[in-house]
Amino acid sequence: MGAVRVRVEQTPLPGIGVRHDLVTSSGRTVGVVSHRNGRRDLVLYDVDDPDSCLASIPLTDDEAEALADVLGASLMLGQLSGLRQQAAGLLTEQIALPAGSPFVGRPLGDTRARTRTSASIVAVLREREVIASPGPSFVFEANDVVVAVGTRQGLDGVSAILAGDGDG
Amino acid sequence: MHGTTILLIEVGALLFALGMLGRLGRHIGLSPIPLYLLAGLAFGHGGFLPLSASEEFIEVGAEIGVILLLVMLGLEYSATELVGNLRSAAPAGVIDALFNALPGAAFAFLLGWGWEAALVLAGITWVSSSGVIAKVLGDLGRLGNRETPVILSVLVIEDLAMAFYLPLITAVLAGAGLLGGAKALAVAVVTVIAVLVAAIRYGHAISNFVSVKDAEALLLSVLGLTLFVAGVAAELNVSAAVGAFLVGIALSGQVAHSAVQMLSPLRDLFAAVFFVFFGLSTDPASIPPALLPALGLAVLTMATKVLTGMLAGRRAGIALPGQIRAGLALMPRGEFSIVIAGLAVASGIEPKLAPLATSYVLITVVTGPLLARLPDYTWFKNFVRRRTQVRRPADPLPTTD
Repeated sequence: MGAVRVRVEQTPLPGIGVRHDLVTSSGRTVGVVSHRNGRRDLVLYDVDDPDSCLASIPLTDDEAEALADVLGASLMLGQLSGLRQQAAGLLTEQIALPAGSPFVGRPLGDTRARTRTSASIVAVLREREVIASPGPSFVFEANDVVVAVGTRQGLDGVSAILAGDGDG
Repeated sequence: MHGTTILLIEVGALLFALGMLGRLGRHIGLSPIPLYLLAGLAFGHGGFLPLSASEEFIEVGAEIGVILLLVMLGLEYSATELVGNLRSAAPAGVIDALFNALPGAAFAFLLGWGWEAALVLAGITWVSSSGVIAKVLGDLGRLGNRETPVILSVLVIEDLAMAFYLPLITAVLAGAGLLGGAKALAVAVVTVIAVLVAAIRYGHAISNFVSVKDAEALLLSVLGLTLFVAGVAAELNVSAAVGAFLVGIALSGQVAHSAVQMLSPLRDLFAAVFFVFFGLSTDPASIPPALLPALGLAVLTMATKVLTGMLAGRRAGIALPGQIRAGLALMPRGEFSIVIAGLAVASGIEPKLAPLATSYVLITVVTGPLLARLPDYTWFKNFVRRRTQVRRPADPLPTTD
C-alpha cells in the first residue's frame, strides 16, 4: 500500500485563503477550504458536476482536530495491519483489558510493558474511539482494548502483565 | 437649536435608519449597498427628507469611506498573491476589460457624451463588486467550487487595474487632458511596481515597524498611515483611493490580519456613509429618465460579464455548468462603480452621469446576486444537461456496416 503517493492540489483563493483538494481512488474529490481568519470548511464535490461542491461543512478548531485525530488513528491501525503482513515475526494484537486487571485506573507507565516485554502499546480503543500512541501518563479504564505490536512472546507477556499475572 | 445638536440628531437618525435597512436587507438576502443608495436619494436635495446640517460631515465621512474601502481591499490581498495571480490570469483580465469597459464607453458615445465621460462609464461597467461577489459565493456555499478561483482572479485583476485606472481618471477629470492622464498613469505604474516589490522583499520589515501587540496603537497607526498616504497621493493628483490601496498591500502577515479585524467596523460605518453621500448628491427627480438607458446598459454589460466568466472558466478547464456559474456570479457592480462615478460627479463633467450610475448599480447589484442563484435550481441543471446531451449526438456516429 501507499505505492502511489496521493496528489494534494493547492489552489490559492485570493482574499479568502487557500483550498486543498485530492481525488480519491474511487473518483470522488474531497477538499478543505482554509480561510484566512482560521475558519475551515470540509467540501465534498458533486459526482455529476465535479466543479461544484455538494456540501461545504464548516469545522471549528476542535472539530477539525478531532477529525484529523480519528483519520490519523485509523490510518495508523491500517498501516499496522499492513506491517503485520510485511514484517515476519512482528505481530499486532488487540488485547482487551481484563475486568479484574490491576491497571484499571492506573497509568500506562506503571505497566512497564515495553521494558519488560519489548512489545509496544501503540493505541488504545475506548468505546468507539481510537487513542493513538498513548503516553506513559495515559490512565486505563475498564473495557479498554490495547493494541500492541511485538513478537509472539512479547505480546503474550503484555497480556500477562495486563491480567496481573506478570507482577512479580 | 445649536448647529452641533442638529448634526447629532441628523447623523444619529441617519445611522439608525441605515442599521434598520441593513437588517432588512440581510433578512431578504439583499446587499445593503442598494438600500444605502436609496436612503441617500431620500435624504438628499429634492428627496422627501433633506438633511440640512450634516452634509459637510457626511461629505468628509464619505471621503474616509472610500479610503477605508480601498485599504481593506489592499489588506485582503497580499503582494505575492497579486503578482502570482497576474501571471496566471492576465488573459482573463484582458478579456474582462475589453468585454466590459468597451460597451460602457460605446454607450456613452451613443448618448452623445464627451470622451472623459466615456472613460468614466467604461470604468463603471468594467469593475464587478468584489465585496458583493465574495459575499454571494460564501452565502451559496461555493467557496470550495473549482470555478471560484477563476472568479476571484478576475476580481483581483480588476482591483489591481483600479490602481492604474483611478489615477488616470483623476487626472483626466481634473482637466489635465490625455497627456496629463498618461503622466498620472506612468506615475501610478512606477509607484505600484515599487510598492509591490517593496512589499514582497521587505514586507516583514514594514509590518514589524507596526506593533501588533497593542490593539489601540495598531488601529491608530494603521488608520493614520492610511489617511496620511491617501492625502499625500491626492495632493500629488494620484487619487487618494490608490494611496490607501497601496498601504493595504504593503502591510502583510499578522499586522494585516489584525488590521482587517480592527478596521472592518470602521469600514462598514464609513462605507455606508459613502453610499448615502453618493445618493445625497443625486437628485431623485433625475432617476426616472435615467432608468431605461441604465436598464439597457445593465442588460448589455451583464451579458458581457457572463461571457467573460464563461470564457475565463473555459480557459481554466471548467465544465459548462461551472462556466455558467462563474459568469453569473461576476455580474454585480457595486462599490468601485460608485467610487468612479463619485469622482466624476465631484468634477461635474456630465450631469446625467450620476443618475445613470446610480440606477445602473442599483439594477446590477440587486438582480446580480439573484441571478447568481439560478444554477442551483434543478430545472436549470436539467436544462444545461439536456443542452450538453443534445450536442453530443451531433458528433458523427460510427457506421454499423
